[in-house]
Amino acid sequence: MPELVLQITRAGFLALLWLFVLAALRVVRSDLYAASGLRAAAPGGRRPSRGGGTSKPARGGGRSGPRALIVTAGALAGTRIALDGRPIMIGRADDSTLVLDDDYASTRHARISQSGDDWYVEDLGSTNGTYLDRNKVSGPTRVPVGTPIRIGKTVIELRT
Amino acid sequence: MARPTAPGARSGTPGSPGYERPADRTALRPAVAAAVSTRRGVELALLGFAAVITTGALVLVEANQEQELTWALLYLGAAYMAILALAHLAVRRFAPYADPLVLPLAALLNGIGLVMIHRVDLAKIARAASLGNEEPAQEALRQVGWTAIGIVFFVGVLWLVPDHRTLARYGYTAGFVGLVLLALPAVLPASLSEVNGARIWIKLGPASIQPGEFAKILFVVFFASFLVVKRDLFTSAGKHFLGMTFPRPRDLGPLLVAWGVAMAVLVFESDLGTSLMFFGIVLVMLYVATERISWVIIGLTIFGAGAFAAWTFVDRVQIRVSVWLDPFADYNGRGFQVSQGIFGLATGGMGGTGLGAGRPELVPFASTDFIFTSLGEELGLVGIAALLLIYCVLATRAMRSALAVRDTFGKLLAAGLGFAIAWQVFVVVGGVINLIPNTGITAPFVSYGGSSLVANYALVAIVLRVSNAARQPAPDRRPGAAPGGGGQQAPLAPLAEASTEMVSRDQVRTPPHGHGHQEAGAGGPGAPADRSPRGRTRGE
Repeated sequence: MPELVLQITRAGFLALLWLFVLAALRVVRSDLYAASGLRAAAPGGRRPSRGGGTSKPARGGGRSGPRALIVTAGALAGTRIALDGRPIMIGRADDSTLVLDDDYASTRHARISQSGDDWYVEDLGSTNGTYLDRNKVSGPTRVPVGTPIRIGKTVIELRT
Repeated sequence: MARPTAPGARSGTPGSPGYERPADRTALRPAVAAAVSTRRGVELALLGFAAVITTGALVLVEANQEQELTWALLYLGAAYMAILALAHLAVRRFAPYADPLVLPLAALLNGIGLVMIHRVDLAKIARAASLGNEEPAQEALRQVGWTAIGIVFFVGVLWLVPDHRTLARYGYTAGFVGLVLLALPAVLPASLSEVNGARIWIKLGPASIQPGEFAKILFVVFFASFLVVKRDLFTSAGKHFLGMTFPRPRDLGPLLVAWGVAMAVLVFESDLGTSLMFFGIVLVMLYVATERISWVIIGLTIFGAGAFAAWTFVDRVQIRVSVWLDPFADYNGRGFQVSQGIFGLATGGMGGTGLGAGRPELVPFASTDFIFTSLGEELGLVGIAALLLIYCVLATRAMRSALAVRDTFGKLLAAGLGFAIAWQVFVVVGGVINLIPNTGITAPFVSYGGSSLVANYALVAIVLRVSNAARQPAPDRRPGAAPGGGGQQAPLAPLAEASTEMVSRDQVRTPPHGHGHQEAGAGGPGAPADRSPRGRTRGE
């Protein structure tokens, strides 16, 4: 085979190999954020249509209230849960929204839910209690943005 | 307000309408909801791309070797594509939501391997012709046969294992069979098990299998199911030291058993590769299950100590290590293979000599253990880097499935299998480039070798099975979910909902530690039974 053709095909094959790698990485990128909760708005927009319309609890957009719940301390620190109007269950139960693996948390420990534009935390009869910024929560209590809620060793707060 | 007595407060709090139901679990799993598209089209396109690359490589080899494109070759190529098409159809049929990348990546590696094996065949034939010997058998033809058998295993696994959690039931069986497979070559007489000094084979007439490749998968299954059940044993806290929590000495038993097996393999089978593979997988799965780096440190320490002892007392290990330290000291003898391999890589340099234009056959075992030097010589650093990246992506896809899947067993299984691929590549390539002592295991999918190929296709099938479970939309279409009355969905029985996360093993677990902690209102609906040891990765 002529030398020139050899060189061209040699480089061409390597280019083809790298094109494959890039194509694979593109596919990787396309679902990079899919399971991380960062795109919760997308499926959130899809769901209510099935459930019959959650109406008011708007997603993203013009609403100025808190948009996410962030775990700031504890084993799950760094976890971010996008708020989409539905209540957040916290506890050791497997079907909780935030599953705590904490000896001081109860099976169904607390619930954070929206009413109007505000979010409220309430304790669900836990053994060790729920604290909103050092005060024990006894009834539904409004949660200002950025105020820590402590459950066992876990601290969470609402963020915009 | 009065505290609800039932733990779930399912009855709803007066004055707060729409609290009947906790936030739907799928709300946190956008991946699950978003990945409704199965992406099988992407898989097909990438498979086509892989076939194009393989064909291109084959044509280049033939052109450079001044061979004619024969019909036999065409049939070979057609067989390769037909096998891939079959695998793709099987994925469509049995695991429609599976990861779209895993199969094409494996197929490309397999294709490149086939071409390189064929290329070494050509060189061997030319050499035999010039020496006047009779023509050696073509390994590439046999490898296509092994590919077909591998795909049969692949389809078989997908078909027979509709849910990866059923594998958890056979955990101990898998562990036992794996141990037998691993130990068999050491027990058999050397005439039946020894090839080139390493006793890791079982020779059955014309075919010989490397049972370690299958043992690898079985051990991952075993450790995943074992750790799901016994994880508390490994997480119970011992002493704090150097900023780490070390386990209690009495909990070290399982690790010491694994260490003993690894050492026995090293000493009795004279194979560092299998030993490293096995122990590495154990350590990583322990780490994944417990998140404690101390396990890895303890494991590496005792493995290092054991390997040092083996080096002191076992001749074969000493030979391997001396070759590793200075391959050129005995250039014409024991160091020949490694030094030739290094020269081959050096010849390839940055861009390689071009497919079919190098002399990879100068390295002994150029199509099995040392196929990476063959590839490195002809594709250069640029090509090898691409291949290593493909391995990386393959391993990360398995890890990705492990992150996304909901049950603990699946997480450990996929993580262990993904790591097994990456770790095997590290051991093989590290041995070839003399980073670690050379070993006798094969590069997954690329090297010539039936056991390796078949086992790795089975491995990939299990990974696809887990990823299918991870990407499948959550089973929202439960009976009773349909009547969406009022602003919110209709109330559901909590247990019906909890069933989506059932791992049979968790149910029989006894509560850990003995902390006298009482679940609030235990005895209410679905209280302690649906606890699981999981929860760390939730909601990431």
